[in-house]
Amino acid sequence: MDTSKKHIVLETKNLTIGYQQKKTKKVIASDLNLAIEKGTFIALLGENGIGKSTLLRTISKVQNQLSGAVFLNDKNLKEYNNKELATNLSLVLTERLPESQLTVFELIALGRQPYTNWVDALSEYDIEKINTAIKLTEVAHLKDNRFYELSDGQLQRVLIARALAQDTDVIILDEPTAHLDMHHTYKIFQLLKNLVETTQKTIIISTHQINLAIEIVDELIVMTKDAVFSGKTENLIEQNKLDNLFPKEILSFNKRLGQFTISKDN
Amino acid sequence: MKNKTYTKQFILLLILVVFLCFVNISLGSVSIPFKDIFAIFLGDETVKDSWQTIILNFRLPKAITAILVGSGLSISGLLMQTLFRNPLAGPFVLGISSGASIGVALLILGSSFFGSFLFLESSSWSIAIASSLGSFLVLSAVILAANKVRNTMSILIIGLMFGSFTAAIISVLSYFSEAQQIQQYVFWSFGSLGNLSWDELTVFISIYLIGFIGVFAIIKPLNSLLLGEKYAKSLGINIKQSRIIILAITSLLTGVITAFSGPIAFIGLAVPHIAKLIFTTSNHKILIPATAITGAIVLLICDIIAQLPTVEYTLPINAITSLFGAPVVIWLLIRKKKMYI
Repeated sequence: MDTSKKHIVLETKNLTIGYQQKKTKKVIASDLNLAIEKGTFIALLGENGIGKSTLLRTISKVQNQLSGAVFLNDKNLKEYNNKELATNLSLVLTERLPESQLTVFELIALGRQPYTNWVDALSEYDIEKINTAIKLTEVAHLKDNRFYELSDGQLQRVLIARALAQDTDVIILDEPTAHLDMHHTYKIFQLLKNLVETTQKTIIISTHQINLAIEIVDELIVMTKDAVFSGKTENLIEQNKLDNLFPKEILSFNKRLGQFTISKDN
Repeated sequence: MKNKTYTKQFILLLILVVFLCFVNISLGSVSIPFKDIFAIFLGDETVKDSWQTIILNFRLPKAITAILVGSGLSISGLLMQTLFRNPLAGPFVLGISSGASIGVALLILGSSFFGSFLFLESSSWSIAIASSLGSFLVLSAVILAANKVRNTMSILIIGLMFGSFTAAIISVLSYFSEAQQIQQYVFWSFGSLGNLSWDELTVFISIYLIGFIGVFAIIKPLNSLLLGEKYAKSLGINIKQSRIIILAITSLLTGVITAFSGPIAFIGLAVPHIAKLIFTTSNHKILIPATAITGAIVLLICDIIAQLPTVEYTLPINAITSLFGAPVVIWLLIRKKKMYI
């Protein structure tokens, strides 16, 4: 990959991910060498249980790797403390939020915690960042609502706003469209795409919306049982790397359409 | 967080605290006119000496104790509810109070069981220390268990199990104890806001203040914990450290309160919900002072109720808080249909 033009924000070197249980290691994927540039929108694809979440958890330091290393802005992830990491990488998770009475504004404002003082007082700069995030995600009209009043689509936007307010180079979203209908799924993809273009942040999502991802994102990371491929979407299609994503007798990749279709023989 | 102002609510509640304080102080076996109470507080030496003693050495310490106990237990409950992200958590449910009870039981009842060489005397000081140690140990055990199981419901059940476990040990100890010691323990377990000298109160206030100031240092982790531990960590919070601080503060506050006033039920569980209902916020910057003031009000009211029926006797405070607390929790659940952490 040509690295001379753009800055590499996230890089993995001979990374092996998996779980360590007592003495036995369960390897999920090994020798991953990914290089992710600043300002790209990346989708992580793969069937259920292939290890997408494990990979995301490993590159966001929620879970340890079995071997190899992850570099965030040229610094080994191991050398980051929580607070420092929080200013470089933010997360949007799939798990439900505990039931509290937080308003949308308060929830987004929590994204400023890595920068605020010990009593969490917001400076003018913090407010500015929060308002920018609110504007970019178009949730201004929801500002004073409680977050539990929102629809799934609105809540997802608010959670993205929170990650934006955190003002990190990299934002990782675990299945951001999991509970959304087709229309809202598309809107979230468009929003993320726009954010990458306007803010030059790097956004990595895991998703099952493969056809949408192929159409919208810049690069793909494709996890299959045998190997992990990554690169620009059109290059991966050209090299027939998407063919093995699902069992061919059920779903096959139609190169002409650039989409997965249900196999005709069924 | 957003600077919505809650000044009005705070001023109203503070006025209520002062008012209830006076009502509380004016009640008792000897009736002292309001104007003389004011005079005593203003330093008027001409008021009857016995009245001065009653007000300054008995009723005032009692009112202060009510405020400390009410606010301290309520804050502990709030911290537990946020830490475990469970609206049913509280110092009592999680077995902390039973920890304090077993500490005191070992001290008072255990002296006959293990021989008195272990314990020099059951003075109020050693009761305080035993109670704090007990609550800290049980809380640590609950936390160790909490680290193993992630499910918050399981943690609450574990807390309740610790409660029955300690209750069983106390039963065994009582079985082997003498009537006088059992009586001493039972009276302690009724809870009492009175009987504290200024010396004891000074220690109480000092330890309470350490915990109370500590609470303000953890506003930030408490607020991010509202999103769950994973988000809190991704916001730069050191989860393990925060958890230890939250638990240390809780056991310090609950420990010292239970030590001086006995195991007082329900306040820790019910009051945070009343505060959340009045202030409709989850922001701990507002919620912590709000819960503290509400707790003080509730316990002052409970103490007033305890003194009402007869002039000669006061009812055990623990009975009043439960009589008051249980219906409130039921009413809240029926009315709101939903409880927030």
